[in-house]
Amino acid sequence: MENLISIFVRSIFVDNMIFAYFLGMCSYLAVSKNVKTALGLGVAVVFVITITVPVNYLINKYLLVSGALSWLGESYNDIDLSFLSFIIFIAVIAWIVQVVEMVVEKFAPVLYNQLGIFLPLIAVNCAVMGVSLFMQEREYANVGEVTAFGFGSGIGWMLAIVGIAAIREKMSYSNVPAPLRGLGITFIVTGLMAIAFMSFLGITI
Amino acid sequence: MSQKEPLFSAKNLKLFTEPFNNGNPVTVLVLGICSALAVTVKLQPAIVMGLSVTIVTGFSSFIISLMRNTIPNRIRIIVQLVVVAALVILVDQVLKAYAYEVSKQLSVFVGLIITNCIIMGRIEAFALGNKPFPSLVDGLGNGAAYGMILVIVAFFRELLGSGTLLGFQIIPESWYIKNGGFYENNGLMILPPMALIVLGIIIWVQRSFNKSLVEK
Repeated sequence: MENLISIFVRSIFVDNMIFAYFLGMCSYLAVSKNVKTALGLGVAVVFVITITVPVNYLINKYLLVSGALSWLGESYNDIDLSFLSFIIFIAVIAWIVQVVEMVVEKFAPVLYNQLGIFLPLIAVNCAVMGVSLFMQEREYANVGEVTAFGFGSGIGWMLAIVGIAAIREKMSYSNVPAPLRGLGITFIVTGLMAIAFMSFLGITI
Repeated sequence: MSQKEPLFSAKNLKLFTEPFNNGNPVTVLVLGICSALAVTVKLQPAIVMGLSVTIVTGFSSFIISLMRNTIPNRIRIIVQLVVVAALVILVDQVLKAYAYEVSKQLSVFVGLIITNCIIMGRIEAFALGNKPFPSLVDGLGNGAAYGMILVIVAFFRELLGSGTLLGFQIIPESWYIKNGGFYENNGLMILPPMALIVLGIIIWVQRSFNKSLVEK
């Protein structure tokens, strides 16, 4: 249990998807103009990541890695399908996003209109794919750890996008040099936020 | 093609050069930042990454453009993803076979080329409505422009952060404090936040020269 909390906290603060790996920057920059929309997208991303990561973990463990198919019988011991992982991961993600899109359209039409094109684009949100690939690379021990990692990464991403949205709302009242306005200053502020987040480096629980 | 257009007409050439200037995918259209910044600590992985993305963008645009009249509109996203993913798998396997060290450094970021918004962006915005050859040129141009930004960011980060370029020492050894000099590498440069700040500054410089890009 302590192990799970440690993974969860680390993936929010230390290995933050935005500040440490720059994943999911496209929607991070485009949907961070006001806090409400940012929060909506954040929740959708948390949901998608929390489902896709354990699903991809199980697929990876029981179908793709070298020797994973041995439950089919002796002769399958040598089969290594891990080169297929990219295509399978992205298919699972696209499928879950499709489901989320339908649910949001049905139950929260206002949010659906606000998110617009960025809802289907969660499928190509690098953070979602990135978490699955990091999961594959880091070799977590069981489904619990993987879920904690996925959930934590999602929350970390949401924290970042809501934070920058709040800062950008305030920043619209300040006098930024013209060439820096919009994109430039957002990058620099994100850089400063990332430096702040670096002070979490080395936490262990 | 009834009226035959020369292969390298001015129009096609413009498709290639436009991304380097006013239509830059990274600094103007804000696409593909996701997988961009983490590979820019050193120049070498940045160049490899730029090349990989150029190849994938070019050929995925080309292939999708060949199929553009047969893909049903409703399932086009999944078709595009499959084509892109197949190309990325090829690139990944080639890198693993011939440049294993770099492939290790790039780690998950090769796989993340699939979700690089530039590729999907160019397919959606250009390849679905244009002939294969212009799509190929457009894809290659955008990929190369993306690579250019990576190389610029990596140039500054490697030079100021490690004092080297492509692994060769550029700052003379005798300048370092440990050898009795006055110079010390800027450790912050090799950490993630500086990639964002360097990119912010590049955008600042570009927009100071090109007023039409300034946001209101």
